[in-house]
Amino acid sequence: MIFKLEYFYVVLGLILATVAVMALCDKHNPRRFSSALFWGLYALIYLAGDYLPPVASGVVMVVMALIAGFGGVTLGRYGDRTAEERRSSAERLGHKLLLPALLIPFVTMIGSTLLKDVKWGELFLLDQKNITLSALGCASVLAVAAACWLTRSTPLQAMRESRRLIDHLSWAVVLPHMLAVLGLLFSEAGMGKAVAHVVTAYIPMDSRLVAVIVYCVGLALFTIVMGNGFAAFPVMAGGVGIPVLVGVYHANPAVMAAIGMFSAYCGTLMTPMAANFNMVPAALLELPDKNAVIKAQIGTALPLLAVNIILLYFLAFSPIAVK
Amino acid sequence: MQAAVNLWPLLGVAVIVAGFALRAHPVLVVITACIVTGVAAAMPVEHILASLGTAFVKTRNLPMILLLPLAAIGLLERFGLKEHAQASIARIKSATSGRLLVVYLAIREIAAAFGLTSIGGHPNMVRPLVAPMAEGAAETRYPDLPDALRHRIRAMSAATDNVGLFFGEDVFVAFGAIVLMQTILKGEGLDVNPLQMAMWGIPTAVTAFLIHSWRLLRMDRQIARAMQKGAA
Repeated sequence: MIFKLEYFYVVLGLILATVAVMALCDKHNPRRFSSALFWGLYALIYLAGDYLPPVASGVVMVVMALIAGFGGVTLGRYGDRTAEERRSSAERLGHKLLLPALLIPFVTMIGSTLLKDVKWGELFLLDQKNITLSALGCASVLAVAAACWLTRSTPLQAMRESRRLIDHLSWAVVLPHMLAVLGLLFSEAGMGKAVAHVVTAYIPMDSRLVAVIVYCVGLALFTIVMGNGFAAFPVMAGGVGIPVLVGVYHANPAVMAAIGMFSAYCGTLMTPMAANFNMVPAALLELPDKNAVIKAQIGTALPLLAVNIILLYFLAFSPIAVK
Repeated sequence: MQAAVNLWPLLGVAVIVAGFALRAHPVLVVITACIVTGVAAAMPVEHILASLGTAFVKTRNLPMILLLPLAAIGLLERFGLKEHAQASIARIKSATSGRLLVVYLAIREIAAAFGLTSIGGHPNMVRPLVAPMAEGAAETRYPDLPDALRHRIRAMSAATDNVGLFFGEDVFVAFGAIVLMQTILKGEGLDVNPLQMAMWGIPTAVTAFLIHSWRLLRMDRQIARAMQKGAA
């Protein structure tokens, strides 16, 4: 592979290390030492994650969580330009400003569709196991280069801006990462079996409608708890979908699966556990209420969950769906 | 059912529910839930730390999609990307926040249904372009837009990106969720055609578009009403 995912771990590690050094030197940051330690430890995970003993990485994660949890990651000063300055350069540069920004989705898309099988000599251009991410990495580096060229800025200025955004995100950066760890730990501890046991042992599913409701609502609820529909689906399909809906009531398995996964997504829209979709955007958009995105989504998620129940009830057992 | 199911790991879920209900710091809630779950599953401390460490390193790819685009976006913002997005939308007289977001929802959902999920996303589209444009469209009509409404428009912009992505991508045959469902069903002895699963997702995908679009247009009316009341 020419562009391995590991190279982009190094790139991100170097960015985070720079953020740590800049934080340490920023006298306007009230907690500059703990902030620098936080970003420095995160850089360590990216730069040396493969060489650290697992226990050491675990300790790093706990220390980072404690620093972030007790308010040790604070903002510094970033030499922002005034709104006037920004407006006048926006007028000067015009639509050209959009080009580097649109380069990111565009190059990622080209990379993950057209260039995915392209080889250079003996080597694949992109990391075959992580095509989208390595394409995104290439796209981001290209976009930085284009943005520097367009605005006549140095890469160092790009680093400063990177730090401004990363600092504003603060702990929201590591929340999705730590939740993913929790998800893996949940499955290691046998959470799926425990939930399936509770759902199937205590709710009587002696009518088709009740079974459909238990399946859809169960998927949404379990996703709210786990933050991830992919974790909920195997449990509820194995516990209710396959044995009850398909086994007892002869539902079409394709309909059961498709609408089941969408019911899980309704849960994703309503949970702080899906941090990268719900909590991170609230931080990115500088919303004072960290749950604002979830609140904006509940009005779509709940009616849609009801529609899913109705669709599953009427489609899965209809003559067109049953083979 | 089988009697030997260990129900203690459910304590981890209890910690999460209690933590978020009490509005404790999310990172502290998560790390506590990790440790409680490990202890409840009777793992020794060293084993818990090692599991956490291995998982932390293994899931390093997750934050990349958020962090890598930030350098370019940040630099462009310094040179007025958001201001430019707002100025361009102000020139379109018929634009409202709701209508703009309905168009974005359609683009996002259709692109995702064709597997083009990288069009969109919070760090590289919503923050620099979609949210400023939605906010700008409302600001052109109502120059003294209060912060509460601004924040609501921004939150709806993020929500629109999520709804479009979630309910579009599952209609795409090669998407991970379809592959996952097929693998699981196969493991249980059910052979299901992925094309069928993608097809049966379409009614929900269409309903998601209708419900969310209706809410976006309703937001326009709510903004208009709130501003009229403010002016009177």
